[in-house]
Amino acid sequence: MIELGGINKVYGTSEASSTVLKDVNLKIKEGEFVAIMGPSGSGKSTLLNILGTLDVPSSGKYTFLDTDVTSLTKDQRSLFRRYLLGFIFQGFNLLKKTTAIDNVEMPLIYLGVKAKERRERAYEALKSVGLENRAEYEPSKLSGGQQQRVAIARAIVTNPKVLIADEPTGNLDTSRSHEIMQILQEFNKNGITIIMVTHEEEIASYASRVLHVRDGILEKEVHNAH
Amino acid sequence: MLINAFLQALREIRRNLMRSLLTAMGIVIGIASVIAMVNIGKGASLSITNSISKLGSNILFLTPGQQHGPGGQSAVAIPFKTKDVDLLRESITALEAISAVESSTMTALYGDQNYQTSIKGIENDYFKIQEFSFHEGRDFTNNELRSGLNSCVLGKTVVDKLFIKGEDPIGKKLRLQKFSCEVVGVLNPKGANTFGMDQDDVILVPLKMFLRRISGNDNVHLIMVKVKENIPLEEATVQISQLIHERRHLKADEEDNFSVRNMSALLDTISQITGMLTIMLGAVAAISLIVGGIGIMNIMLVSVTERTREIGIRMAIGAMPQDILIQFLIEAIVLSGLGGIVGVIFGISITMVVSHFMHFTLIIDPTITIISLLFSMLIGIVFGIIPARKASNMNPIDALRYE
Ligand SMILES: Nc1ncnc2c1ncn2[C@@H]1O[C@H](COP(=O)(O)OP(=O)(O)OP(=O)(O)O)[C@@H](O)[C@H]1O
Ligand SMILES: [Mg+2]
Repeated sequence: MIELGGINKVYGTSEASSTVLKDVNLKIKEGEFVAIMGPSGSGKSTLLNILGTLDVPSSGKYTFLDTDVTSLTKDQRSLFRRYLLGFIFQGFNLLKKTTAIDNVEMPLIYLGVKAKERRERAYEALKSVGLENRAEYEPSKLSGGQQQRVAIARAIVTNPKVLIADEPTGNLDTSRSHEIMQILQEFNKNGITIIMVTHEEEIASYASRVLHVRDGILEKEVHNAH
Repeated sequence: MLINAFLQALREIRRNLMRSLLTAMGIVIGIASVIAMVNIGKGASLSITNSISKLGSNILFLTPGQQHGPGGQSAVAIPFKTKDVDLLRESITALEAISAVESSTMTALYGDQNYQTSIKGIENDYFKIQEFSFHEGRDFTNNELRSGLNSCVLGKTVVDKLFIKGEDPIGKKLRLQKFSCEVVGVLNPKGANTFGMDQDDVILVPLKMFLRRISGNDNVHLIMVKVKENIPLEEATVQISQLIHERRHLKADEEDNFSVRNMSALLDTISQITGMLTIMLGAVAAISLIVGGIGIMNIMLVSVTERTREIGIRMAIGAMPQDILIQFLIEAIVLSGLGGIVGVIFGISITMVVSHFMHFTLIIDPTITIISLLFSMLIGIVFGIIPARKASNMNPIDALRYE
């Protein structure tokens, strides 16, 4: 489904430049659960952001199904994310002073879903992460684990093809982390492709495939037995 | 999408209520002054027009000198003489009533009360021209008029100030600086005129007495005439002008050094003055609207910076740059539009208060209300576009990384 060919990412000017990703080649099939690991500063987030079209590569080719993603305009990339992707961030990134259900509804607004259906779908999404009884809570009144579950509900409410998660458990304690991973694994079993960055082996073990990045280079692959 | 952006904007404004209110203040002041200005202006001129038709539009004012626009009195302003008044009365048949009017301000004393008021020397026709009626007593006798005896007629305000309640002023003697006069009549109250002046705050005395005791000469600075009902005002004006023109030995092509005006000419002068005031107030309104607009732009720029992360989240979720643009633009429009609504409410309140105290007809023009509201929203668009563009031009990844 996803294919990266010769992806490079260079920051800075031609004199003082730093190459963050070097000739990354990668194929991800539909329904996979991929974990990306590596030391801090190795380029994991950069790679994930390129996959999520939040960032663009300096060179190389990115194809998604039959679409050449690298040739999309800014507007088209927005639509690509709107219809096909869901995002989960380390810092949850919920809107402040906005109730859980309003946060979950937000992507549906951009999809043009009518208010009533929006409410129903957002409620279902909250239910799928076990938070239907916290629908009217604002993020400040939710625990970290609960906030991340709201964020997951927001990411899956549009039925995306791919979930992009950058250290989704980075701000959570161990037992909360496992809760989150179990939820993600459940969605993966239901057919959503997940690409996740983590630096914890334990978290990566939930994935069906682990990629290692070092100094911008994609290293060996390990296939977990699941 | 638009409805959601609107609801979102309201939510944002409520979140920063104090800041939003202060930001919208410039718009509030600007719109309020426009509304008040236009409505009061209209009410005032309607009142003036009404009172002219009520008071009889058939009244002419003769004054020495020529008025060239507001404030531009010509140099040669030779006063009239009492003989001029007599001549007009005898020769022009179109006149129903005519009276010279000389006025001054003086302090009247009665008992231990004193009160400063306007004192006017007049002839009996004055009561007819001004449509004064008598509460008690009478107008001046021929004898009083001819020999300038010390008698006077009081307006209601003067009676209230000088006499205790229930005391009958008729026959009492007032002291007016160096002379005294006996009260022969009290007028029915008329209230304030169109310009807010109390018409009952007056002491009327025979013209002869005024000239002898106060001015000490025979000069007359105002002649009021009432033209007969069936005679056009222009015709009477021409007749009067010609007579005075000849009497003053002016050449045929020479400009009149006096003027004969009616109330509508007075109205023209007033509207010239109010026109100037309107331009000045309009400038104030324009400046405060621009300042208000800049205030909105400023606060929107702050808001865009504060909410950079939110912009990043929305973009990640699939908002297109134009969605972000619309969201912030609508927020600016709602902010300035709310300022406009509050401004309209203030403006209408000011109009009501001023109209009440100035005795103007209360007019609230719907057109100017709608135009003001639309204009306030236009300000939101004009000054909101830069912050909105700044927001929509952000890169999702940079916006998400923003701390
Ligand atoms: N906007 C930028 N400009 C310049 N350099 C950047 C920029 N963004 C990232 N980098 C650099 O790219 C490199 C990789 O960053 P990246 O965020 O991908 O690392 P990471 O693997 O996610 O690290 P971590 O585990 O700490 O999150 C870092 O050295 C970083 O300094
Ligand atoms: Mg990272």
